[in-house]
Amino acid sequence: MEVQRISENGFEELWVNMGPQHPASHGVFRMQIKVEGENIKEVIPHIGYLHRGVEKLGETVNLVQFMPMLDRDDYLSAISNEFPLALAVEKLAGIEVPEKAEYLRVISAELMRIASHLVFLGTFCLDMGGALGGGTTIFLYTFREREKLLDIIEKWTGSRMHPNLISFGGVRYDLYPEFDKDLKTFLDDFEKKIEEYEGMLGNNSIFLARTKNVGILPKEVAMGYGCSGPVLRGSGIKFDLRKANPYSVYNKFEFEIPTGENGDVYDRYKVRMEEMKQSVRILRQAVDGIPEGPISSQMPVKVAAAVKAPAGEIYSAVESPRGENGVYLVSDGKPTAYRLKLRTPSFYNLSAIPYLLKGALIADVVAILGSLDPVFGDVDR
Amino acid sequence: MNVWIKSLIYSVPILLVVFTIVAYLTWLERKFAARMQSRIGPYYVGRPHGWLQPLADVLKLIVKEEITPKNVDKLIFNLAPFVFLFAAMLVYTVLPFSENIIISDLSVGILAFIAISSLSIMGAFMAGWSSNSKYPLISAIRGGAQIVSYEIPLLLAIVAPCALAGSLKTTEIVKAQKLWFILYPVVGQISFLIFLIAGLAEENRTPFDIPEAESELVAGFTVEYSSMKFALFYAAEYAHLLALAGLGTVLFLGGWKGPFLPGPMWFAIKSLALFLFILWIRWSYVRLRIDQLLKFSWKFLFPAGVLNLLLTGLIIILK
Repeated sequence: MEVQRISENGFEELWVNMGPQHPASHGVFRMQIKVEGENIKEVIPHIGYLHRGVEKLGETVNLVQFMPMLDRDDYLSAISNEFPLALAVEKLAGIEVPEKAEYLRVISAELMRIASHLVFLGTFCLDMGGALGGGTTIFLYTFREREKLLDIIEKWTGSRMHPNLISFGGVRYDLYPEFDKDLKTFLDDFEKKIEEYEGMLGNNSIFLARTKNVGILPKEVAMGYGCSGPVLRGSGIKFDLRKANPYSVYNKFEFEIPTGENGDVYDRYKVRMEEMKQSVRILRQAVDGIPEGPISSQMPVKVAAAVKAPAGEIYSAVESPRGENGVYLVSDGKPTAYRLKLRTPSFYNLSAIPYLLKGALIADVVAILGSLDPVFGDVDR
Repeated sequence: MNVWIKSLIYSVPILLVVFTIVAYLTWLERKFAARMQSRIGPYYVGRPHGWLQPLADVLKLIVKEEITPKNVDKLIFNLAPFVFLFAAMLVYTVLPFSENIIISDLSVGILAFIAISSLSIMGAFMAGWSSNSKYPLISAIRGGAQIVSYEIPLLLAIVAPCALAGSLKTTEIVKAQKLWFILYPVVGQISFLIFLIAGLAEENRTPFDIPEAESELVAGFTVEYSSMKFALFYAAEYAHLLALAGLGTVLFLGGWKGPFLPGPMWFAIKSLALFLFILWIRWSYVRLRIDQLLKFSWKFLFPAGVLNLLLTGLIIILK
């Protein structure tokens, strides 16, 4: 039998498949990459390997039942998925939320933001440094901290990653008695750990060489693709829904919105590092200011169909660790939504990948993809 | 004595010892890395601390199915791991474990070491080319580019101690070290640093493990290999690294010399210390990019090596 060699037609140009099973594809993402030597000429991204029809599910199950499903959408930061749906239904139905519940929502959202950014940092370094190198070290360090954080969430809600915490009109679980102490111990420890990461990465000339001036996303392009979150802020646009359109009780806290300058991989990394520090700041203020009161304005429902949103349509969005996470809810007054559209940030951030990869090198692919921090549950829905 | 009998007497024990050490180096590396990363590492296979883990690994690899993919160039594909291993093992012939324990005390020992050790890229390239697959091909091309760039700084770094000792014979170099060459003012440290960096690059170790960058090229030139053929690549890589640590010991750390303990012990201790140092580097750095790697070699290491050699020459003349 005649063996066909891949280099038969010359190997100046090769189509290389990256994914869906690939050590650095961050989930199930496939890229067809046309390379000329090490240079990338063309990229065709393929998504949809994790499509679960969440939006359609939202039209078939009751709103109350949909909340835990939505948790699994962006599976690294469940709270920021629950949040916009709760805001939408509450606004539509005119449900008041007690202040204590708002504080608990903010605390949980910021905890999840830290957890999510820690996963970003770990996997990003894993891609850059390899599973058999310095990358693993940082990966395991970040997961060590994340573990402590998830323990707190587990102690509070009984679940580590998908707590199903937010209910319409408040939150489901009250804090446990020593929560303050646990959280403060964690935060004190975590602030030192951030310095440790920065010492390992920020002063490491190899890391800087790999990230600076790589994958530059100019302001206009970032806006054009609809990017949001750290990707947009890394490009130098100061847009954060927590400040731009304050929801919940975010306007009561002092925090800054870090932005980058060049829009390169390093800036996106730096923005996320700074955001973790700001989240610590918010958490410190929030945990000291939790008011007394009920945690929900609604009575617990026995029948899921009892919660109805009045007819109408509404869009509400929150700032998730990945960007603007929105829910567009059309209700016809029944317990299920008539149409439920999710505006997931990862999808829009990822759409910039053909632009970013053109002209880059093979080694940059993993750095750039990692810096966008896509979660494929969030992309494919 | 008949040369064949002599080489058999020496090489069989050395082969066995090296293979055992290599197997346990993987265990050591895993334990070491685990400690760095606040983990425990292998624990359950053989208490205490998973000391049977290497044996389990070898057994597992042996009983795995041996697959030769359909479209590969069969002869080259099957030969490649052995070429890789051959180059890694042959360099032990010129390493002096003590004053008398050396297989072949060639008068051009260092040159032989370098010449044989660069053959290992042939194994990698054969594997990459014959696999008829894209990731291995890219990996092999990267490997070729890398070794061409790093061979020169490595040689330049090695020539400095050789010049100081006035010989290319490994035993002579050790004997010439009244003071370890790493402690020799200026040139000793510079050439040791260049040797370490270029050596890491030649061995494909992080931060220079670009040919087998698993987050980009999955497993580089070993993608299509399975079972023992795959294991041979890994064993060879560790054996090669150990040999490099041995060479570093000979050139810079005074070889077998040391008080109280017998020569081979000192040689082992120093080589192991150097090996652990290399591991330490491996588990704390991220990887460079291929263009940065080549730039670093040609624009920094190469000029530094040449200057260092000139300085060495100047010192020798002035003496």
